[in-house]
Amino acid sequence: MQLDPKEVEEIAKTLYIRAVKLLPPDIKRGFERLMAKETDATGRAVLNTMVENIMVAEKRQNLLCQDTGIPIYNVVIGKNVEFDGTAMKEAIRRGCARATTENPLRSSVVHPLTRKNEQTSCGIGVPIINVDFDGRDETVEIEMIPKGSGSENGSFLQMLIPADGVKAIKRFVIDKVIECGGRVCPPTIVGVGIGGTSDLCMHIAKVAATRPLGTTCSDAEGAKIEAELSEAVNELGIGPQGLGGRSTSFRVHVEVAATHITMNPVAVNIQCHSARRANAVITPGGIDFK
Amino acid sequence: MTHHILETPVTEAQVRALKIGDTVTLEKTLFGVRDANLIAMFDRGRKTIFDMKGHAVVHTAPNVRKVPVTNQCPSGYEAMCVGTTTSQRMERFTRPLMEREGVRIIIGKGGMGQATLDAFRDIGGAYLAVVGGAAALQTTWIESIEEVDMDDLNPESIWRFRIKGFGPLLVTMDSHGGSTYEKIQGDAKSKRDAILASIGASE
Repeated sequence: MQLDPKEVEEIAKTLYIRAVKLLPPDIKRGFERLMAKETDATGRAVLNTMVENIMVAEKRQNLLCQDTGIPIYNVVIGKNVEFDGTAMKEAIRRGCARATTENPLRSSVVHPLTRKNEQTSCGIGVPIINVDFDGRDETVEIEMIPKGSGSENGSFLQMLIPADGVKAIKRFVIDKVIECGGRVCPPTIVGVGIGGTSDLCMHIAKVAATRPLGTTCSDAEGAKIEAELSEAVNELGIGPQGLGGRSTSFRVHVEVAATHITMNPVAVNIQCHSARRANAVITPGGIDFK
Repeated sequence: MTHHILETPVTEAQVRALKIGDTVTLEKTLFGVRDANLIAMFDRGRKTIFDMKGHAVVHTAPNVRKVPVTNQCPSGYEAMCVGTTTSQRMERFTRPLMEREGVRIIIGKGGMGQATLDAFRDIGGAYLAVVGGAAALQTTWIESIEEVDMDDLNPESIWRFRIKGFGPLLVTMDSHGGSTYEKIQGDAKSKRDAILASIGASE
């Protein structure tokens, strides 16, 4: 299969617009599960407003949230795919800019020092494009994540040491969830990275925060901590929007990576309740938007 | 737990009557402010053309579309999606917004800190929580964008919205020292040690 940059550009544009308007089904089900357990009156009222907002956005074809985020594209390339990598990345960038100027969407991206907004959602290193490979035959999957800033500002890294143990990792997560309170737009998905280098630790925390609900960490020890922390954060009483209730998080997600004998890094990256993402699977048979 | 319908601008007495747990629906006029325009106003000495005395501000930068100037779109902008951003970043601007511009009500999400609570007590103000991330719904409470100031900072311009039935909003910080966030945060901290013990993570 040959990957056509023109097609990639259109897909990159469509994915950004779909992502900001349609919440994935797993997150909608997540709201139902929280609602079934929420007993706090304010918590229930806030959850109801969020669910109403999802319906209003769909009915009016409007954005779920005004924050169009930092655009992230995750590209996974399968076997027997011919592609020009540079052309593909340029095509994604053009598609991202066109979604912004043609829809139009608010450009939320600025130069970090001059704070100049190019009004294209693009800038140095943005959109973020991650490329990976897998074993699917003649298949390319592109995922678009408009990462909201309220929750992205809830990002933390601590280079713990081996003597601190797993206990300190758990404490770090609980303390950061308390510190963030309502600022990260709960109910959240708390992404936790454990291990790696500092940059890998932060990256896998983002992978965890943006993983679909219902998936578990592929590492057995990571999955154990994931289950423990998921229960624990919802005992804090922070609740939707930090206004009280059980529903502080849909789930804590953990990703792990091997680390150095001297190191014990932990990272937290939070996803808000508007946990938006959109996917497209490209095969010789066509494009399937999910 | 009283419901208040307030038409802006409001008086000091009206805003001092608000208590945490009350709900508010706002009518008439609302200003949109946030990071860049507050930095411009209070760190770089820029003056706004707007008279905000007794008014409400919401922490926002909307999605808009440029359109011809009409009665419905007097600013030449159509409001597409108007939501609310995290308020905490604007903490140090609450007092100058109230002292210099006369603002009485702040609408935001996630709450603010002690400096804001002190300003509310000293000058007479309140914080009203909107549900963050519920921007599509919030947009239905906006009638139009009437006028825009500091548009070189777009989307972080200062926006004057005409609103209708903006709410219900929850009073979560008041002029009597009440803060829902402080209470919830305190409760969470008091539960922390027991929760850590339950997952084998005590200090």
